Amino acid sequence: MDLAQSDTNPAPQAKTKSIGQYLSSHLRQYGLLFALIAVMAFFQIVTDGTLLRAVNVTNLLLQNSYIIIMALGMLIVIVSGNIDLSVGSVMGFIGALAAVMIVNMDVSVPLTIIVCLVVGGLIGAAQGYWVAYWKIPSFIVTLAGMLVFRGLSLWLLEGQSVGPFPKEFQILATGFVPDIFPVSWGDSLAGMLEMRRVKHVNMLALFTGVAAAAMIVWIGLRQRAQNRLYGIEDEPKVFFIARNVIVAAALIFVMYKLSLFRGLPNVLITMGVLTIIYAFITESTTVGRRIYALGGNEKAAKLSGIKTERLTFLAFTNMGVLAAAAGLVFAARLNTATPKAGFALELDVIAAVFIGGASMSGGVGTIIGAVVGAFLMGVLNNGMSIMGIGIDYQQMIKGLVLLAAVIFDVYNKNKQG
Amino acid sequence: MALLSMQNISKTFPGVKALDQVNLDVQQGEIHAVVGENGAGKSTLMKILSGVYPHGSYDGKILFGGADAKFAGISDSEREGIIIIHQELALVPQLSIAENIFLGNERARSGVIDWRETNRRTEDLLAKVGLAEAPSTLVDNIGVGKQQLVEIAKALSKDVKLLILDEPTAALQENDSRKLLDLMLELKTQGVTSIIISHKLNEVRYVADTVTVIRDGMTVSRLDAKAGLSEDAIVRDMVGRDMTHRFPEHRRSPGKILLEVENWNVWHPEHTGRQVIRNASFNVRSGEVVGIAGLMGSGRTELAMSIFGRSYGRNISGSVKLNDNEIDVSTVDRAINAGISYVTEDRKSLGLVLEESIRFNTTLANLDDVSSGSVLKKNEETRIAERFRQALAIRTPSVFQKTMNLSGGNQQKVVLAKWLFTEPEVLILDEPTRGIDVGAKYEIYTIINDLADQGKGVVMISSEMPELLGMCDRIYVMNEGALVGELNAADASQERIMSLIVNE
Repeated sequence: MDLAQSDTNPAPQAKTKSIGQYLSSHLRQYGLLFALIAVMAFFQIVTDGTLLRAVNVTNLLLQNSYIIIMALGMLIVIVSGNIDLSVGSVMGFIGALAAVMIVNMDVSVPLTIIVCLVVGGLIGAAQGYWVAYWKIPSFIVTLAGMLVFRGLSLWLLEGQSVGPFPKEFQILATGFVPDIFPVSWGDSLAGMLEMRRVKHVNMLALFTGVAAAAMIVWIGLRQRAQNRLYGIEDEPKVFFIARNVIVAAALIFVMYKLSLFRGLPNVLITMGVLTIIYAFITESTTVGRRIYALGGNEKAAKLSGIKTERLTFLAFTNMGVLAAAAGLVFAARLNTATPKAGFALELDVIAAVFIGGASMSGGVGTIIGAVVGAFLMGVLNNGMSIMGIGIDYQQMIKGLVLLAAVIFDVYNKNKQG
Repeated sequence: MALLSMQNISKTFPGVKALDQVNLDVQQGEIHAVVGENGAGKSTLMKILSGVYPHGSYDGKILFGGADAKFAGISDSEREGIIIIHQELALVPQLSIAENIFLGNERARSGVIDWRETNRRTEDLLAKVGLAEAPSTLVDNIGVGKQQLVEIAKALSKDVKLLILDEPTAALQENDSRKLLDLMLELKTQGVTSIIISHKLNEVRYVADTVTVIRDGMTVSRLDAKAGLSEDAIVRDMVGRDMTHRFPEHRRSPGKILLEVENWNVWHPEHTGRQVIRNASFNVRSGEVVGIAGLMGSGRTELAMSIFGRSYGRNISGSVKLNDNEIDVSTVDRAINAGISYVTEDRKSLGLVLEESIRFNTTLANLDDVSSGSVLKKNEETRIAERFRQALAIRTPSVFQKTMNLSGGNQQKVVLAKWLFTEPEVLILDEPTRGIDVGAKYEIYTIINDLADQGKGVVMISSEMPELLGMCDRIYVMNEGALVGELNAADASQERIMSLIVNE
């Protein structure tokens, strides 16, 4: 079976595979991207272009922001070989806490935000403590947490909705970054494009889009040059160009749409920055590397001098902070805290991570995958809602998409096996 | 009469020809050994025979008992009386011996198990394989050696015509292995035909009537025991080259004492009051390879792991000195920082993150040296992994290959690379050549010699006595948690080691 490996003359340079071979061994990454594009194209057509209208693109981002923020933490928890079922409840609880502090107790907004994030961290730490140091399965600890914090938010809100929030809190979710470029630029661009409905183009959003796209292409090119240098298996040129063109075009397109509405939402900035930070942590830091090792083989990680308990503890603490952040955004978006907030949301978050290619047994998964997975779910939700499909069918379809994604994973793995 | 005749078997996997016109003829009532290096195609051949790869997925013909055999799955071959016992035992630990033996084949009347019949037949079978355990004993509570016997009893319960044992003694101790081999000979007198797949040539010589050697997916030779089997001849056929020396020629000159462990005591992590290591004291000089011999369960691995960051046991006491200074080995990373490395006996479940690349695994135990301010320098990592790939001759197209796709010998080299990168003063190697083929073993031995030449101290734990005798300058003998003897290379022999264990 190992004949391929027992080849006695090792080639230092990776051989360039044919395009077909490359595609079949990297089907997962491309598959996800294609699926997202296909789903968007489908809904764009069946909704008569409503999906990609400027307002709806803005909405899509706002609606999914808290899912994505939590998916970042959940990816790490799942890669470490655990799961967190409590995030929906924790999110709801933090929203309730914020409402009670701001609305009922008149605490200042910045202080409330700080307290809420700290409380989220403490909740995560409390759950992580039992998982990491007592080896209690995370499924059970966080199932308990799910019930406890659902109950606590009910208790805190006394069963009532509490709101509305002051403006300065609402901008967390509904605010937009002011255009730093002169208004006349945006106006004249709108004029040049001879738009009928739009009087003004948000230049900041447009420039950010172009800059981010350029950045992605530049990083890609640099990585490719380095891969060459070290003989790492290369993506075929066609794929590299196609992928970068698609990603860059999509990014500029989305930003362009945003620029036609009200510009960059604050949440998008938060989300983007967090995504970049977490992608960096997981891919390029020792902590990230150790989490993958912990999830891939806990015993081997331990015998390599890695403090596995501490890492598990940190993964849950981090999840708590992110759930709190999501709770603040969610409350600010709804402009009220309700006892039902975040109900069953943990399932959407977990589904996003698995659709993004993470493995239930740990050690596998990427931040980008989780974010794209969350968007895929978001587009499905949004598109089906626009089409007026009932919540009953929506649930079924989402369930089947999750199953299909995981089956696809397992099938791919067996094929390579 | 030939019971089994596999003729011109060829099997291709995408891109690899695993078997090429292999022939295997097994006579009624004989013990037939199939030997070959890892990856030679032995397991593939057995999977074809047992129907794991169904008829039609390979070329060639199988005659069993004179009839054309076309198995579509394992149940087909089992019905014909071909039973295969895999390296990894297929027993359910939480069930009793009796339940395991009749699993899937329950003695039952309309779905209700007849326990009296089950236990009676189990007792008969256990007597047959010479296992003195109650049928109700949980499999979890008996050792690997006895579990192997349960597997054989299970095979016998199914009216076996051809028993296939895949590396049956890989996890066994000398005396358990001997018992198992004697059982095979005993079963032979009762008319059971068996095939044994093994790396251990002394065992092959002990039991086999005929030996078929497979190399690179082809039948190389068929040797008859009546004509006399020479291990050297078998090895030559296996590796395709002369291996007059199974151990690299080497002369060592040990320096001053490097590691000194004194009065080391360890208690069992769960059974309080059970002492696993008793007052063990030993030392290793720089440039020296020191062996620890002993039966399985004698506490060798426990000794090593308890020293390495207290990875085993509780209430550990004793002192560890490196270069005359007492060092702190209370956690794994402290032990690593102090200059001690431990290469585990189980590379798959304790040594490697199989899903990850060679590069990932190589730097895992020493990420500090490939990062600045906890940001990884990935190019530096690649450079280091590449350096070890060349230095240890890890056979792979690139260091980005997942370790799961490597052969056993190459995986072991990756584990070694990981620990060499921590730049240890003392390396503890636990069964460093278990389950890897003759050629790779030689390479591992060469690496060990190089380490000793660099002035490092090497502790080598092994169940294969010839390996200890061939490699070590000094050998400690361990029995029931205590070091019961110390032999210099010149005075050591298998007999002397055994007698130290027995006469304790």
